[in-house]
Amino acid sequence: MTGERITAITMPKWGMTESDGKLVAWLVKEGESVSAMDEVVEMETTKITGAIEAPEGGTVRRLVAKPGDVVPIGGLLAVMAGEDVPQAEIDAFVDAFEAPESKSGGGEGAGDVTVIEAGGHSLRVRSLGEGEATPIVLIHGFGGDLDAWLFNQEALAADRQVHAIELPGHGQSSKSVGDGGPDALGAAVSAAIDALGLERVVLIGQSMGGALALDLALARPGLAAGVVLVAGAGLGEEIDGAFLEAFGSADRRKEMKAALQSLFADPALVNRNVVEGALRNRRLEGAAEALEAIREAWFPGGRQAHALAGRLGEIKAPILALWGVEDRIIPAAHAKAVEGRGEIALIEGVGHMVQMEAAGEVNRHILAFVAGLEA
Amino acid sequence: MARKLSMRQAINEAMHQEMERDESVIVMGEDIMGGLGVDWLEGDAWGGTQGTTKGLGPRFGRDRVIDTPISESAFIGAAIGASTTGMRAIVELMYVDFLGVCFDQIFNQAAKFRYMFGGKAECPVVVRTQIGGGFSAAAQHSQCLYPIFTHIPGLKCVIPSNAYDAKGLLIEAIRDNSPVIFFEHKKLYDAETEVPEESYTLPFGEAGILREGGDVTIVALARMAHMAMEAAETLAAEGIECEVIDPRTTSPMDEDTILESVENTGRLVVVDESYPRCSMGADISSMVAEKAFDSLKAPIRKVAPPHTPVPFSPPLEAAYLPDAARIADAVRAVARHGS
Repeated sequence: MTGERITAITMPKWGMTESDGKLVAWLVKEGESVSAMDEVVEMETTKITGAIEAPEGGTVRRLVAKPGDVVPIGGLLAVMAGEDVPQAEIDAFVDAFEAPESKSGGGEGAGDVTVIEAGGHSLRVRSLGEGEATPIVLIHGFGGDLDAWLFNQEALAADRQVHAIELPGHGQSSKSVGDGGPDALGAAVSAAIDALGLERVVLIGQSMGGALALDLALARPGLAAGVVLVAGAGLGEEIDGAFLEAFGSADRRKEMKAALQSLFADPALVNRNVVEGALRNRRLEGAAEALEAIREAWFPGGRQAHALAGRLGEIKAPILALWGVEDRIIPAAHAKAVEGRGEIALIEGVGHMVQMEAAGEVNRHILAFVAGLEA
Repeated sequence: MARKLSMRQAINEAMHQEMERDESVIVMGEDIMGGLGVDWLEGDAWGGTQGTTKGLGPRFGRDRVIDTPISESAFIGAAIGASTTGMRAIVELMYVDFLGVCFDQIFNQAAKFRYMFGGKAECPVVVRTQIGGGFSAAAQHSQCLYPIFTHIPGLKCVIPSNAYDAKGLLIEAIRDNSPVIFFEHKKLYDAETEVPEESYTLPFGEAGILREGGDVTIVALARMAHMAMEAAETLAAEGIECEVIDPRTTSPMDEDTILESVENTGRLVVVDESYPRCSMGADISSMVAEKAFDSLKAPIRKVAPPHTPVPFSPPLEAAYLPDAARIADAVRAVARHGS
C-alpha cells in the first residue's frame, strides 16, 4: 500500500471470519503528523476492537472513512503523505484507490483453519503465511482459543508459516483432555507439530501456553529454535486463583464479562462479541468439564503447580519474555526468572492479554527476536 | 468451520443429537414423517409441515417417532402422560393457534404436576409450535400467543430469534425437567447463522444482547428482534445508538439484563408481535416502570399490532405487523423526549 509519496492506511484482516470492520473513532486529526507505529484509528470487528497503527511516519492528509462506517478488508481508511504533496494528488489517489480482492473470496478466510488429528485429539489449527524462514507455532492460554492471536498471526506471517494450535478442551477442538495436566496437553501440542510436518520452530505461548512452550523446548531441544513467553505460566507460584475460579464457573454473560475484564488493563475491550465468543466456546458439550480438569491439574488451590523457573538453564534455545506491567493474572515480576537467560520486555499500560492489548508492540518484539535467531 | 445452518436445520439437528444421546427422547405430532400411510422408512417423507423432523423416522424408527392423528387434545395429552412416566416427549403442534383445544392438558395438568404431587412428579415435555404472521395465513394461523403460556406458572416459554439460539435452547428444553413450550416463528425458519456441529445448551432466563448502545434500549422477541436490528442500523446513521435485547425466554424472564440496560439508557421501546393487551410488551413495560422508574428519562413506548385478529389481506397484514420503520419512529420519539 506504500506508494512513492502517498501511503494508504487500510483495514487489515483480523481473524478468520472477519470480512469488514466498523470504524469506532479516529485517534488522529487531518493534518496531524504521526510517527511510525502510532495508533491512528480504532476499528471494531465481530470479535474485538483493535487499534491500527501508522505504517510509517508522516502527515495524516485525509481521513477517508468516518466513525460508524463499515469498511471491508483492504478498504481505504486514511491517506498519509508529506506536507509537500499537493492536495490534488491526494484527491487523485483517493479516487483511484481500489480495495484488493479478498484472497479467500467472500471475505471469509475459513480455509485458513483446518482440523488435524493428532495424539487422539481433533485440534483446530489456523495456518497463515509461507516462506523459508523458521515457522512459528502459537499456543494460547487457559480458556483461550485461536482468536487469542487475532492481531498477531498475520503480522508474524509475512515471510514464514505461522500455525496457531487450539488446545484440547478449548475453542472448537475436541474436549477430551485426559487428566488435563501439562503432560497431556504437551503431548497434544507435540503431536500437532508433528502432524503439521514441522521440524524446527519458534514456540510462542501465552500464559499456560508459555509453560507448554517451555515444556516442549525441554522435551525436544532439536525442535525449538526459540521460545517466546507472553505473560507465561510456569515461572512462579502466584496466579490469580479467584480469576481462574470465576472464569471456570462463569456460565452467564455477566459473570463471564467480569472474569474476562480482569484479563485486560482496559476493561472496555471486553465488548459483547468477546463475551459471546467465550460463552459459545464454554457451552459446547464437555468444555466446562475439560477446563475444570485443566484448572485442577495446573492450578490447584489457586497456585501454579507446574514449576519451570528452575529448569530454564536446561533450555538451549534463546528465550524472550513479554509481559504487561498491569497483568492481574500472573504478576509481571515473574519475568525476572528469565533474567540472565533471555530477553525481557515489560510493556506499560496493558494486562494479561498483552498480545491483544499491545499487539503492534508485541509483534515488533517477536519479529526482532525471530530476526535475531536467523541472523 | 463457520458452518451456517437455517433455524429449520438447527432445530432438526438438536432433535437428532438429543435422540442419539438419550433414548428416552421421543418425537410425536401430525405428519412429522408424512402420515402412517407413507412408507417413510424407505424414502423419508416430508418431516412435518416445515421439514423440522426430517430424517428422524428412518434414523430412530416408529417406536420413537410417532405420527399422530389430527386430534391435538389427545396427542398433547399422550405426550404429557408419556413425559410424566419416564419419557421425554417432544411434541409438535403445528400452529400455536390450535393449542386452545389442549389447554387443560397443558395449563392444568402438565404445568401443575410438580406442585400437586409435592415435587414427586415431573413432566419433561417439550411442545414445539409455530407462531407469527407475515404469510397472509389469516386470523387462525398467524398469532403470537406466547403471552398466554407465559402467564401460567409451571411452564417455561422459549422464543428463539435465530438458528444458533434455537439449537442451544431446544437442547436445554429437552433436558429440562419442566414442561417447555417452544415457539418457532414461521418467518425465521430459513434465517441462517453460524451453528456449531457439537451439542451445546443455552441457559433459560438469559437474554441475548444483539447490539450494544447507550441511547435507547429496544426489547424485541423472535422476528421482531430482526426488525429491531434493522431499525437500530438506520438509527445509528442518525446518531441514535440502540441496545437491542432479545429475552429469548419469557418464562423465566431475564429482568436484570433489561433493567441494567435501561439504567444506562433511560429510554425503552418494547416491540411485541402479540396482541397489545396483557402482552409481553405490557409485562416488560410494567416491570421496568416498577423497578427502574427513576432511571427513565422518557415514557416507555410499545410497538405492537392493533388489538384485532391478524388480517388475511396482504396489504392489511403488512400495515398490521410492527416493522423496522415503526420501531425507528418510536425510538426517535423516546430519544427526543426531554432533550
